[in-house]
Amino acid sequence: MSDLLQPILTVDRLTMRFGGLTAIDDLSLAVPARKITAVIGPNGAGKTTLFNCMTGFYKPTLGSVRLNHPQRGVLALEGLPSHAVAHRAQVVRTFQNIRLFPRMTVLENLIVAQHNPLQAASGFSLAGLLGLPAYRRAEAKALETAVGWLTRLKLIDKADVAAGDLPYGTQRRIEIARALCVDPVLLCLDEPAAGLNPRESAELNELLQSLVADDDLSILLIEHDMSVVMNVSDHICVLNYGRKIAEGTPEEIRNNPSVIQAYLGEEEDENMDASTEGAAP
Amino acid sequence: MRAPVLVHDALTLAERCKDAASVALIGLLLGVPMVGLTTVDQGGALQVATRWPLLGAFVLAVFVGRLVLRYSIDRVSAGKRLRERAEGAATASSAGGAGWVRQLGIAALVLALLMPIVFSDNRYVVDTATTVLIYVMLGWGLNVVVGLAGLLDLGHVAFYAVGAYAYALLSTQFGWGFWAALPVAGGIAALAGLLVGWPSLRLRGDYLAIVTLGFGEIIRVVLVNWTDFSGGPNGIASIPRPSFFGLPFRPPGDTPSFAGFFGLEFSPMHRIVFLYYVILLLCLITNLLVTRLRKLPIGRAWEAVREDEIACRALGINVTGVKLSAFVFGAMLGGVAGVFFAARQGFISPESFTFNESAIILAIVVLGGMGSQLGVVLASLVLVLLPELGRDFSEFRMLLFGAAMILIMIWRPGGILSRREPTLRVARKEGGA
Amino acid sequence: MALALQQLINGLTLGAVYGLIAIGYTMVYGIIGMINFAHGDIYMVSAFIAVTAFTLLAAAGITSVPLALAVVLFVSVLFTSVYGWAVERTAYRPLRGSTRLAPLISAIGMSIFLQNMVQLTQGARVKPIPPVLVGGFDIFEADGFTVHLSYSQVLIIVVTVLLMSGFTWMISRTSFGRQQRACEQDMTMTGLLGIHVDRIISLTFMLGATLAAVAGVLVTVYYGVVDFYIGFVAGIKAFTAAVLGGIGSMPGAMLGGVLIGLIEAFWAAYLSPEYKDVATFSILILVLMFRPSGLLGRPEVEKV
Repeated sequence: MSDLLQPILTVDRLTMRFGGLTAIDDLSLAVPARKITAVIGPNGAGKTTLFNCMTGFYKPTLGSVRLNHPQRGVLALEGLPSHAVAHRAQVVRTFQNIRLFPRMTVLENLIVAQHNPLQAASGFSLAGLLGLPAYRRAEAKALETAVGWLTRLKLIDKADVAAGDLPYGTQRRIEIARALCVDPVLLCLDEPAAGLNPRESAELNELLQSLVADDDLSILLIEHDMSVVMNVSDHICVLNYGRKIAEGTPEEIRNNPSVIQAYLGEEEDENMDASTEGAAP
Repeated sequence: MRAPVLVHDALTLAERCKDAASVALIGLLLGVPMVGLTTVDQGGALQVATRWPLLGAFVLAVFVGRLVLRYSIDRVSAGKRLRERAEGAATASSAGGAGWVRQLGIAALVLALLMPIVFSDNRYVVDTATTVLIYVMLGWGLNVVVGLAGLLDLGHVAFYAVGAYAYALLSTQFGWGFWAALPVAGGIAALAGLLVGWPSLRLRGDYLAIVTLGFGEIIRVVLVNWTDFSGGPNGIASIPRPSFFGLPFRPPGDTPSFAGFFGLEFSPMHRIVFLYYVILLLCLITNLLVTRLRKLPIGRAWEAVREDEIACRALGINVTGVKLSAFVFGAMLGGVAGVFFAARQGFISPESFTFNESAIILAIVVLGGMGSQLGVVLASLVLVLLPELGRDFSEFRMLLFGAAMILIMIWRPGGILSRREPTLRVARKEGGA
Repeated sequence: MALALQQLINGLTLGAVYGLIAIGYTMVYGIIGMINFAHGDIYMVSAFIAVTAFTLLAAAGITSVPLALAVVLFVSVLFTSVYGWAVERTAYRPLRGSTRLAPLISAIGMSIFLQNMVQLTQGARVKPIPPVLVGGFDIFEADGFTVHLSYSQVLIIVVTVLLMSGFTWMISRTSFGRQQRACEQDMTMTGLLGIHVDRIISLTFMLGATLAAVAGVLVTVYYGVVDFYIGFVAGIKAFTAAVLGGIGSMPGAMLGGVLIGLIEAFWAAYLSPEYKDVATFSILILVLMFRPSGLLGRPEVEKV
């Protein structure tokens, strides 16, 4: 199942130290293109730190992160500032503790995500101030993109509501919709199912699968919710204490003794079996 | 917002009095050295003077104030809880809010346009209105920086000073006219903003506050001490006033003048009214620019940076660049206001550009409602007009500003007019597709 | 050479005062992560209390200098720490967990309020007091220049060293110090462990105010004049000292204070006295640009 011949992202011998603490220790990982890859592991295993190193928020102590961009060739992400990772490499992430622009409307959140093309079209605001047709067209197109994603994520009714006034599960969806507006090639989701109810997380599963199938996206996600991880992932990587302890298909991970021992434990194991029953393969 | 939320009927009168008494005791401790005692100069040596009755009144005021405040807070929060229970989680969003703000804005504009015609022989009124408009312009400039981009700039007056001195020097040394100097001085102020902003905007937000504060002081110290350049504490005098398309405002003589050209009888009011319309025009241009920019990508990025910097970075926005653009734009507006100030006064000195001035501009932005243009107008009106009402008040002016800034932050951290209008909406016909 | 030595002494004295004020900034920043803009004004309040107290004692006929100093220090610390407490309780505590900008604006408001309150109640004029400590040592003489170490300078340096040692002991050894450091690391967790976090924060403000109060008394003794504006400039300089030393670090604040004092003294003596404030602010900007974590501070890891 895991097609590792064409990885979109290759993490090579990545190490991140904070003072004496080694959050990521010599980690290598390949993220296949047009697949869903999950990174799992207990709290403090270094999952979010991995995201931060990939997306330019932290400078890794050692190692490299290479993106195989479909149009722009191979890009070294570890040297890029965070905004360039999103803008130039089109690797876009969400956050574990949702980061929306709470006082702006949902629609505005999605338009801000298209800042770079819009800003270019507005000619450093000059064309925009004059209301030139080229800018008007770009704005209409941005609006269309935003409305498209809002409709697809069933958020269109909430478009003109301040993002901060909406319930938690909706905010999670908005954050994903906003990330999609950046037009990513690789979408990195940090615990997208945290705090969702079972119905919402089932919808999330569907969405993630359709993004890969219909939109040719590659997805990397950090998740604790095993019903999501086991159902949608093509490939799973298990971290513990900053090291990779296992990698493989959901089937392989489920039966991997070191994962069960080091991470899942007795109760978690039952949990996992229960949640995967009736799952679509 | 208060830390312990107590149910109001759970407190007996005795408990309330006890609470107020303990606050009054703190008030007594605070009051003894400042209110109760003071030192006065008597024949070159200090003597202690006591003001026990005043202290007594102060402590009593604290006691009563606390009782009333506590009671009303409890009432309000209890009422709020009751209402919440009654209405459930119904969102009480008033849709009609945008309309009256717009209408009020149009009404204010009409008033502003007609004002000098109505008061054409009252110099005091037109002069005061001009001062209000200078603060409106300064407030709108700072509002972009603080209200929209969320950057705390404590040295806005520095850019005001740069604009004022740039015009003063360009006109007195090189003979530049007002209209030619206006964009150039604005550009110089923008350049100063770039110079301060570039190193400091990549820092944590609160460091920016202290760096801008320091920059304001540097500018002031340089202006005071670099006598050859700025005239030192004496400032620069006889700065030329703006002319009406080349026609100066002066009694008819050999050269053409405004009154002579239009065949009017010369009156000093002509210039006063003209200056009023100049600043009104500058304000309107500012307002138009800011309103337009807010609806452009850059304006939305300013607000997004205020809301969450990290999220902006994750969306590919160059946060430093966005902040810098807001800071430089605000500095430019401050500089333009400075040019007008210098041209209107005809004389400038470092005394006009102290930290107090920065604090007043910030107070206007904070009290008016951060990001709200109309709020700035209302706050400028209040802050300029109230001290005009009486000497007594102007002594207390800064004290009240300080207290108001604290109270507003506690009561409404977004400012009084904190309603925010979305910059764009979904067109409903597209929504259904 | 003699001039340099003299400026060394003057700079150390000034630096000790800046350091004492800087500790208040650094402690508050360490625990709640905000710049307490009103801290310089707390120092100014204490200087006014000291003026009143000295005048009262003189009127009461107390001539013993050590006794007068002790009484004034005690009174000033007592009242000023109440001010420190009240500032936190009214202007900052209600805003904990509010927007990023709100506490900063509230602090500016508090600073403006205190300045104008003192101006209104105590008068806008400069207040001179008769010299408290007269005389000193002539320690060195060369080419007609005498290096002078006044008693008040000795007092400032001795009191600062004693206070600093006591303070270091308290933070590192006592139960309060441990709780305070715990709050700096993780306030929520400290609260969960049953420690009254609000009380620790209040005490931190009172301690900062105590040090500022001592600085206020010492400056009053040293210069013999105060006015309502001294808090503003001293506040910015002490803050610069805290940043230079590494904000959050107490030895850093002291080191930064001494460095700022020395730079100012030497700048004034050798370059230009008018621009000494410009020198300080330029250092602040340079430090923030090139070493934002200061000399002794740890680099901050951004929480994402």
